[in-house]
Amino acid sequence: MDFDLSPDQKLLESTAAAFIRKESPVTRMRALREDSVGWTPEFWKKMADLGWLGLAFPESAGGFGGSFVDVALVIEQLGAGLVPEPFIPSLLAGTAILRAGSPAQHERFLPSLIAGDTSLAFAYAERGSRFDPTWVESTATREGSDYVLRGEKVFVENGQAADAIVVSARTSGGPGDADGISLFVLERGAPGLRVTPVKTMDGRRAAMIGLDGVRVSEASRLGPEGGAAGVLDEIVDLGAAAACAEGVGVMRTVLQMTVDYLRTREQFGVKIGTFQALQHRAVDMFVRTELARSTSIMASIRVADPDPVERRTAISAAKVELAIAGRFVTQQAIQLHGGIGITDEHDVGLYFKRMHVLNVVFGDEEHHLARFSAQPSFTRGIETTAS
Amino acid sequence: MDLSFTPEQSAFRDEVRAWLRTAMPAHIREKAAIDAHFEHDEIMEWHRILHRKGWVAPHWPAEWGGPGLDVARRFILTEELELAGAPALSPFGLSMVGPLLMQFGTEAQKKRFLPKILAGEEVWCQGYSEPNAGSDLASLKLRAEPDGNGSYVLNGQKTWTTYAQHADWIFVLTRTDPNAKKQAGISFFLADMKTPGITVRPTLTIGGTPAFCDTFFENAVVPAENLVGPLNGGWTLAKALLGHERTGIAAVGLSTRAIRRVKRIAATTLERGRPLLEHPGFRARIARLEIELTALKMANYRAIVSAQEGHAPGPESSILKIRGSEILQQCFVLAMEVMGHDSLSWFNEAGVIPGLEQWVASSFNYTRATTIYGGSNEIQRNVIAKLILNLPSA
Repeated sequence: MDFDLSPDQKLLESTAAAFIRKESPVTRMRALREDSVGWTPEFWKKMADLGWLGLAFPESAGGFGGSFVDVALVIEQLGAGLVPEPFIPSLLAGTAILRAGSPAQHERFLPSLIAGDTSLAFAYAERGSRFDPTWVESTATREGSDYVLRGEKVFVENGQAADAIVVSARTSGGPGDADGISLFVLERGAPGLRVTPVKTMDGRRAAMIGLDGVRVSEASRLGPEGGAAGVLDEIVDLGAAAACAEGVGVMRTVLQMTVDYLRTREQFGVKIGTFQALQHRAVDMFVRTELARSTSIMASIRVADPDPVERRTAISAAKVELAIAGRFVTQQAIQLHGGIGITDEHDVGLYFKRMHVLNVVFGDEEHHLARFSAQPSFTRGIETTAS
Repeated sequence: MDLSFTPEQSAFRDEVRAWLRTAMPAHIREKAAIDAHFEHDEIMEWHRILHRKGWVAPHWPAEWGGPGLDVARRFILTEELELAGAPALSPFGLSMVGPLLMQFGTEAQKKRFLPKILAGEEVWCQGYSEPNAGSDLASLKLRAEPDGNGSYVLNGQKTWTTYAQHADWIFVLTRTDPNAKKQAGISFFLADMKTPGITVRPTLTIGGTPAFCDTFFENAVVPAENLVGPLNGGWTLAKALLGHERTGIAAVGLSTRAIRRVKRIAATTLERGRPLLEHPGFRARIARLEIELTALKMANYRAIVSAQEGHAPGPESSILKIRGSEILQQCFVLAMEVMGHDSLSWFNEAGVIPGLEQWVASSFNYTRATTIYGGSNEIQRNVIAKLILNLPSA
């Protein structure tokens, strides 16, 4: 076992932390709450120049061949700074294109993403699906050599601004069937692609995506018809692992913010950090953050595990731990700040809201508890312990 | 980063498992199967079996008969022993006074005591706590005064002296300079339990087993050669002792076994004709606890790797203590809930409830101690507040 970062990883982490502190203080995110896009192409380009947008992609696709552990280091720092650029949605859509797409599709979408000239979105959730990626009601019906897509996708992060959106739709079977799900990559402005921007509770932008008879050619399909369930499952797990890494960044920041506040704020003539009741709350925030960090590391490593049971067990455990820890840490952060923590002018509330979003996306606590306990590993060994 | 054990570590785990399959005598195996309470004689029998295998003191250096295992293999051995339900050995000789003597004892003390601790020929108990002292160890009152003939006379009382009723020796913190500042007048002594004037009164725990004792000292004479370290320098030893052998503190193996037990009971307990394990609510609660244990286990692995690399134990030992103890408690709380009415029976004395996991109730009660002993969890939180979060003292 080895939990140490390599010198390159340490450099990546410290560079990212320093860059974000300097170039993207939380005031930038605050200002972008009023922006209809919610992020800026200038900053996106800077992220590309630092190599972050190519980190997840192999050199053969124009990337830098990093592992997900490397990617997670950057994501954690994005969480620490509440950076609103669409890193995770672009990562997921780009990875779907990488895994399932043809060389022509790679060429069409990946270099421009890696260069920071475009951004992507990934649309898998539907109103009736909650977090089950196989519950696809949207349809893609063959008409000659084309497909016509109908349906609706919900909460598509960066859907409002993406140059292309990867969507799941059913080419056969019914909701819940693993077989019959296909992935398509739809370009911005395609006829029948209805993008309805929504403001999200954490001050960002997303979109509801209507598929009102979007006509696309076969060249828009990623991978074999009807065979996308495996890749979809992997991509959603990648999203969950990314949410864990971002959440750890959120938690570490609010913990530090809270400890700093306890050290300076005075009441009854003393620093409130001298009160044991408050100290113990802060300690429990620290303990929870460390535990979530431990499972997030596990998720970062296991997300690439070829055994789907190992991968799902680890990802679900990490996502549940994130929910438990994230909720506790951000709630306590507000409580310990007192009244000021409830105001919009204080940053702690921004982190609290981001944490809630991260807890929901790619499967909430209930979903992952159910999935964790549905894996064959959950009941393995219980018959034999008696003997 | 890498989550896997090395081939050597995995091979060691296989070796431990293979050995455990045959090493436990039948009567111990039967009790292990239901996690029944082990009697002192059974614990010592197991001590000697482990000793013969060379694994009784995995953390001891080869010089004193240890197997020279590294941190990771020590953890693996501990985890496998816990998973197998093997009797837990008394830590007072092996993990506490033994390593302390190696660090601070005279050559004569080492030669006199260490081999007998290793062989299980002498059993130890710990005389730290006193009535009304709680976690404030330095507030002790047991006096040790020179008698003019080269010995010390001990007067006072220790409490929570776990398994003192079985012990041959006790190590005690005593006050040797009543006028010095609290921590400055303390000395560390070893005392033979057969010394006239030492008496023991066992206390029944809420788990229904005798574990704790009050130990009384009335003019008990202890030779000066039983002083460890400098006179009035005992506080350094006391603190060093608390730092020994912390990698097993999370009790991951015990909790893993306890959760398996919860699942097994839930698989055979019916509600409306269906096993509780299939009820989504119960299943989710068990899963949540297992996930909390997974997080603890990963944190424990991180701590082990850090120790393996030679870093001093840091805040992680307090994290592991806090969460390890809380999770172990929650395992038995959940087990009792799964058992429903069966959880209300005490030891199933006449065997009237077939198949009852009778020791769950005892453990449910006894494990309330885990958040108290070894430095209460509140004390652990104070440690983190001060050392890691750097929060100000009152």
